Amino acid sequence: MSERFWAALARVGWTEVRWRGLPSWQRRAVKMGVVGLVAVVVLAPLYGFDAAAYLAFLTVAAIYVPDWGRFRFGRLVLPAAVLALCVAYPYYLGSMPKLPIFKAFPTMTTAFTMTIFVMMALGLNIVVGYAGLLDLGYVAFYAIGAYTVAWLASPQAERYNWSVNIGGVGVPPGLGGIHISIWLVLIGAACLAALAGVVIGLPTLRLRGDYLAIVTLGFGEIVGVVATNGDCLFPKLVGHCVNLTNGSQGINPIDPPGFGHWLHDHLGLPVDFLSASNSLNLFLWAGIALCLFVIYCSLRLRDSKLGRAWVAIREDETAAAAMGVPLMRTKTWAYAIGAFMGGIAGAFLKSEQGGAFNTDFAFSFSIFVLCMVILGGMGSIWGVILGGAFLAYLNIEGIANFGGWYNATFHQNKDFTAYSYGVYGLILVLVMLFRPAGLVPSARAKAEFELGVEDQPLMDARTT
Amino acid sequence: MSADGVLLQTDALRKEFGGLVAVNDVDFTIPRGAIVSLIGPNGAGKTTFFNMITGVYKPTSGRVVFDGTDVTGKPPHYVTERGIGRTFQNIRLFKEMTALENVLVGMHARLKGGIVRSIARTPGLRREEREAKERARELLALCALTGRANRYAHSLPYGDQRRLEVARALATAPKLLLLDEPTAGMNPQETAEFTGFVQRLRTEQELTVLLIEHDMKVVMGVSDRVTVLDYGEKIAEGTPKDVQGNARVVEAYLGKAAAAAMAGT
Repeated sequence: MSERFWAALARVGWTEVRWRGLPSWQRRAVKMGVVGLVAVVVLAPLYGFDAAAYLAFLTVAAIYVPDWGRFRFGRLVLPAAVLALCVAYPYYLGSMPKLPIFKAFPTMTTAFTMTIFVMMALGLNIVVGYAGLLDLGYVAFYAIGAYTVAWLASPQAERYNWSVNIGGVGVPPGLGGIHISIWLVLIGAACLAALAGVVIGLPTLRLRGDYLAIVTLGFGEIVGVVATNGDCLFPKLVGHCVNLTNGSQGINPIDPPGFGHWLHDHLGLPVDFLSASNSLNLFLWAGIALCLFVIYCSLRLRDSKLGRAWVAIREDETAAAAMGVPLMRTKTWAYAIGAFMGGIAGAFLKSEQGGAFNTDFAFSFSIFVLCMVILGGMGSIWGVILGGAFLAYLNIEGIANFGGWYNATFHQNKDFTAYSYGVYGLILVLVMLFRPAGLVPSARAKAEFELGVEDQPLMDARTT
Repeated sequence: MSADGVLLQTDALRKEFGGLVAVNDVDFTIPRGAIVSLIGPNGAGKTTFFNMITGVYKPTSGRVVFDGTDVTGKPPHYVTERGIGRTFQNIRLFKEMTALENVLVGMHARLKGGIVRSIARTPGLRREEREAKERARELLALCALTGRANRYAHSLPYGDQRRLEVARALATAPKLLLLDEPTAGMNPQETAEFTGFVQRLRTEQELTVLLIEHDMKVVMGVSDRVTVLDYGEKIAEGTPKDVQGNARVVEAYLGKAAAAAMAGT
């Protein structure tokens, strides 16, 4: 297809060689120009002209086209612009035009959930993308984060007559149970999840490849079952029910995050996010802040001694060990750090949703997060962010919106959300066909797919 | 045998794979500062022997003592930390990493930076990383890989990949360097250069070298001592000259008839 495309262009004097010879900013300018032209010629007559849409388009072009890398701090321009757009989202969401097919831009709640899934995807990216360990039980760390916050910031402990309040906010007077400030709980949840990562990792990480995937898959299933039946654990052993998860009733209400009255009075920070007038903004900003922390850690770890060791293990375990990389310790660190990020994300999501229910922790969740990592590009931080945000959006709104458009246009009555996993599957197949290294491939993967690998024996039969 | 004159010693080292005895009670010593070659026909157990020394395989029985420490059955990273660096018979570079990164992985055990310090990027850590990169560039230069630092390993030509493996092994700061058929696939000129390179390593880096090699010109040219394995057993040991004339060695390589013919002349 691309050959015919270039043959057609060659007739008007534009060969591929000449195109590649252009400075990169000129190529980007042409691409943006084509997109703009399509928008004006095709979309505008159908959907009407909208000043805000042109403004948005010009903003994107201004960020995308110039060769920022040549300027001092130029590398920061793109991330800073994206960050600014995310932070300012509440202020321009209302004036955004309706998109064709997908209609509205994501709502504030959806945007918040997207930040959570970006964190989850980045956590799994450390395990799958960096260290190359196929983990199909990532839901375990989500669940641990969620139930930690469910215990430490809800009335759940009241049934055991435990009552503590350390900086907890939004708690109705007279309600018992443990209420610890969500910020502290986040740290605890992350550490507990990391610990669980180590505990799960120690027996399973001795396995390689497919075997590891199957064992982690088993762990993922176990988590779902424990969440469902966790309202009555060890009845025979202890003599009474140990209620860990409250089963299908779920644990709620979970306290919202907040800073309490003292910090409110002295620094003007919100008392609690739920009752604040700009509640949705606060959640989004907090989600973005946590995302920044996770991105920062991901970037630093990638370029550290540990990051190199992970890639080395992914490339060749035997050689990595022979170069002095302790396999178990290094892999366990990958698990623990991936779990750490998943724990934070899970805990904060549950604090926003206000309850933890057993149905949230299905095995399919792990696959969902894995799809984000593969879609974005394994090992590529920016790709994974994009993949995570996009799939989270599709899951919550995108597919439903698309279904609404489809049904209205073709006079059908189909429930598209029922096919969401089919859609993810289709997306994955398309990505594998057309962009096998993901939407935004990491530099390593790009180099390999572009240059190809010299033909070499897969294995040294005598050393493996 | 004085303890400080011997860098590596194996006592009755043995490896069985099911019923097959791959290495049969081999006693072996490497004097400090020597270049020792391990030769033998295909399937003689040379690489298995290598893998037992470096911890890839656990020996069935016997002992490996390196630099005064018993390293029998210890994991590979521990053995590497003690000071044994190695290359592989079939090149096993980290293909999706650059040449520089490959060498930096070799320094893993020598770098101190922990996770928290890596995330915070403390001044001490930054200095360590900078020094490590400098040292890595020196090693690349030593192995004639200047200018290749930022190339991905899989994009390097074959000869460069071989030398990058050596650079990576040197990055582990070894006392003993194990080279598994380093000149395989090289042309005579490259082989000659490589031989000179190994000799330079010994004198300049004060290394001890154990070499598995099929090219007899290399073996006879650089080795102080040669050990011959056949069917997992040590059949001869000594200076290159001794081994060359040994009837059992000739038999192992060329068959009984050739050995008889040689004995007759």
